[in-house]
Amino acid sequence: MSSNAFSFPDVEFTPELKALQQEVRDFLAAEKASGGFVPVADGWGFGVDLEFSRKLGQKGWLGMTWPKQYGGHERSSMERYVVTEELLAAGAPVSAHWVADRQSGPMILKNGTEEQKKTILPRIAAGECHFAIGMSEPGSGSDLASLRTTATKVDGGYKINGTKIWSSGAHFCHYMIATVRTGGTRDEKNRHEGLSQFLIDLSIPGIEIRGIKNMAGDEHFNETHFTDAFVPDDCLLGEEGDGWHQVTSELGLERSGPERFLSSAIVLTEAARKIGNEPDDREALMLGQSVARLKSLRRMSLGVSGLLQEGGSPTVEAALVKDIGTRYESTLLNDIRQVQPTEPLGQSTDDFARTMAEGLLRVPSSTIRGGTNEVLRGIVARQLGLR
Amino acid sequence: MSNEDNLIVDAATRIFQDMSDPGVINAAEAGEWPTDLWNTLEESGLTLAWGDEALGGAGVDMLDGFALLKTAGRFSVPAPMADTLLAAWMLSHAKLQMPTGPMTVAPTQADARIAISGAGVLTGTARHIPFGRNAEHIAVLARDDDKAVVALVKRADCAIRENINLAGEPADEVSFDGAKAVATAPAPDGLDEAALVAMGAAVRSMQMAGGLEKILDQSVQYSLERSQFGRPIGKFQAVQHGLAELAGEAAAAGAAADAAAEAVSRTSGLGTGALAEIAAAKTRVGEAATRGAAIAHQTHGAMGFTYEHSLHHATRRLWAWRDEFGNESHWAIMLGRVVAARGADELWPFVTGD
Repeated sequence: MSSNAFSFPDVEFTPELKALQQEVRDFLAAEKASGGFVPVADGWGFGVDLEFSRKLGQKGWLGMTWPKQYGGHERSSMERYVVTEELLAAGAPVSAHWVADRQSGPMILKNGTEEQKKTILPRIAAGECHFAIGMSEPGSGSDLASLRTTATKVDGGYKINGTKIWSSGAHFCHYMIATVRTGGTRDEKNRHEGLSQFLIDLSIPGIEIRGIKNMAGDEHFNETHFTDAFVPDDCLLGEEGDGWHQVTSELGLERSGPERFLSSAIVLTEAARKIGNEPDDREALMLGQSVARLKSLRRMSLGVSGLLQEGGSPTVEAALVKDIGTRYESTLLNDIRQVQPTEPLGQSTDDFARTMAEGLLRVPSSTIRGGTNEVLRGIVARQLGLR
Repeated sequence: MSNEDNLIVDAATRIFQDMSDPGVINAAEAGEWPTDLWNTLEESGLTLAWGDEALGGAGVDMLDGFALLKTAGRFSVPAPMADTLLAAWMLSHAKLQMPTGPMTVAPTQADARIAISGAGVLTGTARHIPFGRNAEHIAVLARDDDKAVVALVKRADCAIRENINLAGEPADEVSFDGAKAVATAPAPDGLDEAALVAMGAAVRSMQMAGGLEKILDQSVQYSLERSQFGRPIGKFQAVQHGLAELAGEAAAAGAAADAAAEAVSRTSGLGTGALAEIAAAKTRVGEAATRGAAIAHQTHGAMGFTYEHSLHHATRRLWAWRDEFGNESHWAIMLGRVVAARGADELWPFVTGD
């Protein structure tokens, strides 16, 4: 019988990686001490701090793996992993640049023209240019290929019409990579054909961005309406008609990182502070279980990063880690509540109470954003030969 | 750690495929010693994998030994393979010569104590000794006053009260009263009851990781063979999602068990250096065993509940092993105390292994 088991390569931490890890820890401790940031739950999803993003750019911690000629730093994907996991674990407000650094930049690097790379990538790496995701639409969520937004060829460019939704930070972002229909039809057979990606400057005429307040009170995601918005030919990203292939690999980048299980790490840390050095059995059980789950997730996630480093595209492994990771996040806060019954108050000056409140109100998004767990399990099931 | 390109794993897989089939496993549960299987394993040197070569062992490195144990877990090997490896590990550290034949270890709880006199005569009873009745020798961690001593004892010199675990494997009570050790040596620093139990937990974690791989494969295969409502049940989304979750649990268990194996390999299993990784592994793998076995049974329906189907070979072992050498909450509480003692700001560095 052939084995269906997934395996994740073991990744060795070199002394250089350990040194970088310490450098980031020292930086974060100093920033926190000087009021440079206040830790937040789900800081990568909701913690917007433009100044902090710029500081990270100055440190050389954005666009880390990109070529120097485009403002990058030519470091390894493991080095990038080390930096991102430290930022996440500390609850740093990294949301502003997260999408650009994680997926938009790499997409431009892979599919963009020389001009696109030269003009945009250095600004992302400096922490000064932010991106929104343009995938979902009011009628297209998990079923992305059913999208309706169109780009119609006109003289010198395209006219975009339609609506993108759930685009985090579109109100402060400079660009959106939008996946739209340039041909084909939405019928069952051809829906993956005729899709294309565009790099859209969000300040052009014909674009209206309306905020959607989430249930946590965050003014965070948006509806972005396009009405005959003209984009010149050179805004096409990659090949016309290759959008499905491109957006699938973009989703791979979106799903593969440690943010899928570290959104609430800061709440666990603050809970440990409340519990103190001498836990009772229930408190110790919660801490031990949580740390055990976290350690195995991290090892798998490092394995995904290792596969990426080797040039692979670990789509299925990433889906697996995201499924387990987001479920862990969902149960973690409840597990903490059972042993540390602080009433979570959003206005509290107590870091535990405040981050717990942030976490509880934001965690429902964990198992939805970037692909619902149902979609992810479908991907795993296909790999198992069931679909 | 990779399952591929490993000569030892290849050799073991061939032996297990031929000689650890469902018939042999059922016969073993009925009390029939798997003679061919054991003799072949012994002749190939696999049973003393962790024994020092200079002492008559096979001198296989620790990680290869763990890979072997994962494979044994996959095949529900109904013999004291893991337990003989553990005994060989203990004897090697005490610089004692390896005997041939099946072995096991005692005690299997960190707070249990077996006494030994200066003349090598033992006193005390150890419960839940895996394959106690089948072992020719038992490697015992005993105490001469406070001094830890490794003693090799003939099973024939002990009194056995038989019992079984959930998988029907022998889990016997062994009374050592009056037994004289055939060999003794002072235990080296870092080898005590707690270290032995931790090592046992690392071993069981790896066997369970193998068992989870097995039930994933069995469940996927069954879901493609069994048809209802005109199609294989694996085509139903509800079944697919369960199997995807099982795949995730198996992967998480494998990652946790590997981490523990590597930590053990770095410390030779002595002292407390590998304790955090072992505690995390036994906790996480035990969780995965619980959830994974439940999904596997749900997928197999009534068929998997029969004795005739072989699913229970792995699932009953998963249920037994998750309790042996400390269950999930035992290890989680221990881990939680370590985390708390280090303080909140050291929690994340602890997760990253610092």
